[in-house]
Amino acid sequence: MKFSPPSPHNTRDIAAHISSWLSSHTFHHSQFADVRKLVEAKQRQRLTVSLCIPTLNEEKTIGKEIVVFKGELMERHPLLDEIAVIDSGSTDKTREVAAEFGADVYLSSAILPELGEKRGKGENLWKAIHQLKGDVIVYIDADITNIHPRFVYGLLGPLLIRPEIQYVKAFYDRPLVVAPGVRTAGGGRVTEILVRPLFSLFFPELTALIQPLSGEYAVRRTLLETLPFPIGYGVETSHLIDIYHRWGLDAIAQTDLDQRVHRNQPTVDLGRMAFGIQRAFFARLKSLGLIKSLPDLSTILHQFQSRDGSYEEIEHAIREEERPPMITVPAYRKKYGLPEK
Amino acid sequence: MTHRENHIRARDQLIRELPDRVHAAESLREQFLAHLVLAGEIPAPTFSESNRVDTLLMRWSEGGLLNCSRDGMGNGVALRPGTDGAQTILIVARADTALDESVDHALTVQPDCVSGVGVAENTISLAALATLPTLLDLLNIRLKANLVFLAASRSVGRGNLEGLRYFLANNAIPIHFGICLEGAPLGLLSYRSIGMLRGEIHCRMPSDYQWANLGAAGAVLTINQVINRIAAIPLPRRPATSIVLGSLEAGHTYDHYARQALLRFEVRCESALQAQQISEQLADIVAEVRAQSGAHVDLDIFAQREPGGISISHPFVRVARHVVEALGVPLQIAPSTTELAALIDRKIPALTIGLTRGESLDDEREKAEIRPIYQGMAQLATLLLAIDGGLCDEV
Repeated sequence: MKFSPPSPHNTRDIAAHISSWLSSHTFHHSQFADVRKLVEAKQRQRLTVSLCIPTLNEEKTIGKEIVVFKGELMERHPLLDEIAVIDSGSTDKTREVAAEFGADVYLSSAILPELGEKRGKGENLWKAIHQLKGDVIVYIDADITNIHPRFVYGLLGPLLIRPEIQYVKAFYDRPLVVAPGVRTAGGGRVTEILVRPLFSLFFPELTALIQPLSGEYAVRRTLLETLPFPIGYGVETSHLIDIYHRWGLDAIAQTDLDQRVHRNQPTVDLGRMAFGIQRAFFARLKSLGLIKSLPDLSTILHQFQSRDGSYEEIEHAIREEERPPMITVPAYRKKYGLPEK
Repeated sequence: MTHRENHIRARDQLIRELPDRVHAAESLREQFLAHLVLAGEIPAPTFSESNRVDTLLMRWSEGGLLNCSRDGMGNGVALRPGTDGAQTILIVARADTALDESVDHALTVQPDCVSGVGVAENTISLAALATLPTLLDLLNIRLKANLVFLAASRSVGRGNLEGLRYFLANNAIPIHFGICLEGAPLGLLSYRSIGMLRGEIHCRMPSDYQWANLGAAGAVLTINQVINRIAAIPLPRRPATSIVLGSLEAGHTYDHYARQALLRFEVRCESALQAQQISEQLADIVAEVRAQSGAHVDLDIFAQREPGGISISHPFVRVARHVVEALGVPLQIAPSTTELAALIDRKIPALTIGLTRGESLDDEREKAEIRPIYQGMAQLATLLLAIDGGLCDEV
């Protein structure tokens, strides 16, 4: 049965549901620190789990991520069945370092080559569904400086103990790295000034996600293969809207992973991110019938910089193309023995 | 066959099997590096090492060790019981560092090395302690002797080996042999402790000091007088003696006389008597400068080690030398001022060994090579087998 989202004006019901969801679907990684129990749960359910790390020039951090996850969550505790790096064409030693420590390394362009190559992190995430074998796929970014097994077991925990949960998103206290030390608060600027206001306007229940844009999440394949994939900045926002619209908030959970130390992004980069998210967001509004008509949206973001006392314009073309649900791709259906459509 | 011939045959057999142990250690590379990252990225300044110790305890517990616990001084302790338990071997690495909590402890893992603060000094050793139970299981090594694992608290600086000393004073099981782990260099062999005094000279200008007077000096020039006098102390070549002026702090700005200065030093000496004489000379210097300058100048010697240890001909040292030579790495015999001293004080035959090649730099450029770690771990397992087989006993 299709989920019917409440009207944004029904504030009392929304508040009540958010409150109940926060207590029943928000976890802390420490609840799953006994990894042996998770392994038992995984084996009992006969599930397999793949870890996907999308990369682009991450030679400084990728080695540490692989050894920590392989050492702790494959060799000491067999929670992961596969660790794969899906690379967008790094020009540094990312692929060599990852392979040296035993990850399965794939060049994104070599997966489903007949479908061509598009640039964007979402492309790697989408192609991972075809390439990886697990019933559950965990996505972890490659630029985390303070990597720890909790980044994986904290996201897998809810899926392994609560069969009704389909998608688990990470949230953090995210200090930004500012040399030489670390700032204790901050991050999530695009969330607070763009995504949460948009969710408040159109999908108020989704505001309960503390960090809807976090790049770390775990998803059941049965859900993942049915999602269309914007290949750029809009992938996380679109996924949340799609999952919410089809299955409701209760299919989603979130886990507090404490701190995530990562590279700071300049404000102009966040501007590009915000532009891509808005394009994907408006496309969803239109496809869901929440907006009757939209003009053709520009694909150009205009930004400015000053040089020698004068100002000059910089144009960024941000298209936010979208890949179809993987389950509609014939090669995928063949690989997984699904009947031809 | 004589006892000596048996002994040599058993030792040679152990040496012949070294490559198998190196290979087994290599197969645990990712686990070792994961231990290294997860322990090494936890700040552990002396007196605040409990989080790092807890990480070790969890790993030991999951590795099948017994009695994993923190003792009254915050040491992490665990036991791998022997099949007869007639002897007990202690393996110790310090858990604390001289690094402040605010220092970025992030490590970087590359195919050939791991870099970051504290990795060679001395997180590699903690990773070795965490990995050793798995390595011994992998090699099907069941020792007759009990094996006690110790992540020692309060070792460095003002800690003055307090954790290890506490453990040795209060542990109910007598320790028969000790192995102290250092990150680097592989090939290091310390079997003697050098005499050592470690302390600080603190200079404070009195609150009623007349700064306007011509010739007013401030704490910088006053501590400089102390330094000049220390530099003038004649040091004998035999017994070998040195005074290390390790750190100097004074003042805050360009334009104000410093009110305080702090000099940190260490005296190293082969003779306890000579060390005592230098201690008295330092006290004289401080008293003289205090009288001449009108400043408060105080000497605080807070750490002391007695020289001692076993001889190079001790069977334990002989076996260890053979193992290092068989590994094909240069033997680096050097006296120790670290954990070994506490074991020597208790007359326990003990060695300090190194685990890999690396550089201790106290900054993010500090490096430890990965490949030699396999040899370092094989060396450790071989020494345990040698002790267990009676090859290190004095006849």
